[in-house]
Amino acid sequence: MKKHAKFIVTLSVISIFLYSATAFCLSDAFKNNIYNTGLLKPTDSVLKVKVGDIAPDFSLPVVSGGKISLGKYRGKKNVVLSFVPAAWTPVCSDQWPGYNIVEDIFDKNDAILLGITVDNIPTLFAWTNQMGKLWFPVLSDFWPHGAVADRFGVLRSDGLSERAIFVIDKEGIIRYIGVGDINKRPRLEVLVNELERLEK
Amino acid sequence: MYDTVKKIPITLATIAIFLTLLHYSLAFGSNVTPVKGDVLPEIKITVPQNATDRSYLGLERSGFFKIPQIKATIVIIEIFSMYCPYCQKEAPEVNRLYSIIEGNADLKDKIKLIGIGAGNSSFEVEVYKKKYNVPFPLFPDENFSIHKCIGEVRTPYFLGVKINDDGTHRIFYSQLGKFKGAEPFLEFMLQISGLKQEK
Repeated sequence: MKKHAKFIVTLSVISIFLYSATAFCLSDAFKNNIYNTGLLKPTDSVLKVKVGDIAPDFSLPVVSGGKISLGKYRGKKNVVLSFVPAAWTPVCSDQWPGYNIVEDIFDKNDAILLGITVDNIPTLFAWTNQMGKLWFPVLSDFWPHGAVADRFGVLRSDGLSERAIFVIDKEGIIRYIGVGDINKRPRLEVLVNELERLEK
Repeated sequence: MYDTVKKIPITLATIAIFLTLLHYSLAFGSNVTPVKGDVLPEIKITVPQNATDRSYLGLERSGFFKIPQIKATIVIIEIFSMYCPYCQKEAPEVNRLYSIIEGNADLKDKIKLIGIGAGNSSFEVEVYKKKYNVPFPLFPDENFSIHKCIGEVRTPYFLGVKINDDGTHRIFYSQLGKFKGAEPFLEFMLQISGLKQEK
């Protein structure tokens, strides 16, 4: 009976997990080049920072060349860090192209967006080219692998990063952290609301 | 009491199996992309609050509507997303299609254009509408329910629906991909829908 019950409970958990599968929509811009990761564990890391902390500084290579450090915006701009798990995957490919048409919202809130993934520069170059010309820098946290994601506590056990958003004010203080279900695109309005709460 | 506790796993399993079957029936059963000659799947959309959009579509004040209830002979549906680079790029040309139709006295009451934002919230649809000055009605499909009904197509995707006088309808166009300009697209729609001969 015990064995039987174990089987039933396992089956139940698997079934409920399957039922909660999420949908996504892909732009034809990526043709058939998106790798379907299937449904991933929603989150798989433990945050190492919290709202109110000074954001850890970092310097990362940018797809367009050179390096960008977070510290360069201190006292000048609010900063949004958008970590997405990986290039050429379903939800990630449909997240930044949306941010690409709301530069005015970032401007209005005196904010810059930094897109970050754990992919290397050549991969990010090819991937972001499919999105059109992005107005914001895209940074590679490839080597040491995911080191920046790890400092924020959003590096997953499989080497991907979480789908995470950090809003950092001009003083370098973290004002918002959103680590959502990796399988879902975060709602734009949540980010916009957080930006509008910042002092300009 | 012990008997009730014993039944919990079985009840759980029954619910889970039911949900699994439901999931797969939704995923692989009804979720097929409609093709030419098909009717639209059962899609209910909230009537727009905006009076201009309501008037454009010839709809009543509130509640839900089905696409064949739109007062038109042809409805062109664009499945788009605010997050889709091609949709963004083509938005001005799709707007021009609307302008050409609205500027033609013979066509303006016969052809209507709507957009459905796959996975987009109301806020995201509004951002897109404002960014590209989209003049025709756009509807959010926040939880992908419409998108699932039409086979989770990539975007942009265009569907052409012909509504007959008796209220029945047929899809005459179902196509993924790049929009090759307002004039050729309209001409093609007129031809394959049969509207050109009816004019």
